[in-house]
Amino acid sequence: MKKNNWKAWLYLLPAMVFLGVFMVYPLIDVCIYSLEESYNFASQSYTGVGLYNFRYVLSDPYFVRALQNTFLIVAITVPLSTGLSLLIALGLSSIKPLRNAYQTIYFLPYVTNTLAVGLVFMILFKRTAYTDGLINLLIAKFGAGPVDFIEGPYWAKMFVMCFYTIWVVMPFKILILTSALASVNPDYYKAARVDGATSSRIFWKITLPMISPTVFYLIITGFIGAFKAYSDEVAIFGTNLNAAGMNTIVGYVYDMLYGDSGGYPSYAAAAALILFAIVFTITYINLTFSKNKVQYM
Amino acid sequence: MKVVLENLTKQYQSRNIKGQTVTAVNNFNFEIPDGQLIGLLGPSGCGKSTTLNLISGLETPTSGRIFFGDRDVTSLPPEERGVGLVFQNYALYPHLTVEENIIFPLQNLKGAQKMTKEAMHAKAMEVAHLVQIEPYMHRKPREMSGGQQQRVAIARALVKIPQVLLLDEPLSNLDARLRLQTREELRRIQRETGVTTIFVTHDQEEAMSISDLIVVMKAGELQQIDKPQNTYDDPANLFVAQFLGTPQINTFEARIQDGRVFIGDEAVLEVSGQKDRPVWATVRPEGFIHTENGALTCRLDRVEVMGRDVSVVSTHPAMTGRNIRTIIAAEEAPDITGETVRFNLKPGKVFLFEKDSEERIRL
Repeated sequence: MKKNNWKAWLYLLPAMVFLGVFMVYPLIDVCIYSLEESYNFASQSYTGVGLYNFRYVLSDPYFVRALQNTFLIVAITVPLSTGLSLLIALGLSSIKPLRNAYQTIYFLPYVTNTLAVGLVFMILFKRTAYTDGLINLLIAKFGAGPVDFIEGPYWAKMFVMCFYTIWVVMPFKILILTSALASVNPDYYKAARVDGATSSRIFWKITLPMISPTVFYLIITGFIGAFKAYSDEVAIFGTNLNAAGMNTIVGYVYDMLYGDSGGYPSYAAAAALILFAIVFTITYINLTFSKNKVQYM
Repeated sequence: MKVVLENLTKQYQSRNIKGQTVTAVNNFNFEIPDGQLIGLLGPSGCGKSTTLNLISGLETPTSGRIFFGDRDVTSLPPEERGVGLVFQNYALYPHLTVEENIIFPLQNLKGAQKMTKEAMHAKAMEVAHLVQIEPYMHRKPREMSGGQQQRVAIARALVKIPQVLLLDEPLSNLDARLRLQTREELRRIQRETGVTTIFVTHDQEEAMSISDLIVVMKAGELQQIDKPQNTYDDPANLFVAQFLGTPQINTFEARIQDGRVFIGDEAVLEVSGQKDRPVWATVRPEGFIHTENGALTCRLDRVEVMGRDVSVVSTHPAMTGRNIRTIIAAEEAPDITGETVRFNLKPGKVFLFEKDSEERIRL
């Protein structure tokens, strides 16, 4: 074994080179940028070293707004989308006819282009000179006044955003959960039926524990994905997210680098590291919490 | 609890050909006496497991009725029938401990039957003692051997004191040594509880060794219900004769002519009052007497020495199957050599069957 060690390293070399150049080096660079004050790309110069970038970012109202938006989106969409997906997956696995047709329909949003979906949402929600949008027409039927979902009040915009996010992330979750449910040995259900368990008890005591690793996987990746939200916001509210008040942390990072107010790699690096710290903490909490709850067979 | 099946039939839609039905269980009529251990025996695909599922209520019959005692349970769901079911793969909930698995059925009880935690624990310990798994109550199923998991599955099935205990191939996932041991164990548990127990098996030795009654099935049709020894000594038809017994019974194409049974040109047995016709003649391996002037002449293939007895392998033009296997006690077997070997037949070990219907010809 020992003798051939160099061979093993050789096999690993291509992957290590690529990861090193495109992952590790940039990561270290981000850390360095975040500490260099007033770093300038063009002149490669900076004025000092310290935590000023972090202080600036944390006190920037745009960042605070982005932070707030991101947390709201995460807190609303992750539990809702996971729960709804589980319900739909349960429904799908308990019907026989047309199951494949339904599965295809439910999976369609996953393969649809984000911007195309964004356009559909515009038609649903956006008020133009000619129409109030489909949803407003519907609301009007119940006698409620028109709401400007795209350029109106914050709650309306957040509603559209969460609605959209949930709708976009659900297909993948449904797909994964349906296959997880299908992999549960039907003998367990038969045994539980003979033992007189009610369907709700079967769900909580048998089905859910059996698919808990999958549910947990979806929650973790759901959190991470929602924290990284950006393109969906652009699809609905356009590129100037700060003006719309719907920016996210990743959006803020992008703006700091390339946006109209861009050219501040140090602020961008600091914001990115703050996001990293948040995601890391949340994932750590998730993992600790799940140790007692998730059943790995 | 006595179990009665009346004209029980189960048909499925064929999966391959649309509109075609497959009959898994065809018009079963039998009665299982109270407190007995019954083996449902047959080759795979004969409808044994379907019969078990019908009795458990997991499947509903196409027609016919099922009675537990005098109670018609045909339309009752499984949980209201009072059955315990043990699955071939045990179906123990992997995320629950042994004790949690065993009390699971008790936790489902409703209304007046509801039990306290202490009562459930006591009940669980009681059945755990019966199947001898008390030291493992806090283990997860995966931390146990196959035999132990099997016991847990039986304990879970017994904890509600079922009226009927059903076991689907209970021993097929165990290795040979454990199978023997668990078989005895099953018999003991059944004796101690006195629960009417029905188990499915394709292993005739298993069925023979522990059952009070054997139900032999083939392709959804009931072949014979009898005491184990009777199914061997007194088979109802050619299938039962050929299915039971190792080595397998030897089958010859024969004919009845002038009150005698002929295999080839040799008369091997006297039968009176039978009209002349072609028949199947079957002879158990131990039904041959090796002698110089025997009635049946076979071409000797080889002799296999097995210690206690000797197995003579020979061939005959009228045989079906690959060869004729006869078993002779070692001390009675002189050196068997040469081209041919001759036997007389023990009348009690020879069964005759109709050529077409394969039904037994009672002599």
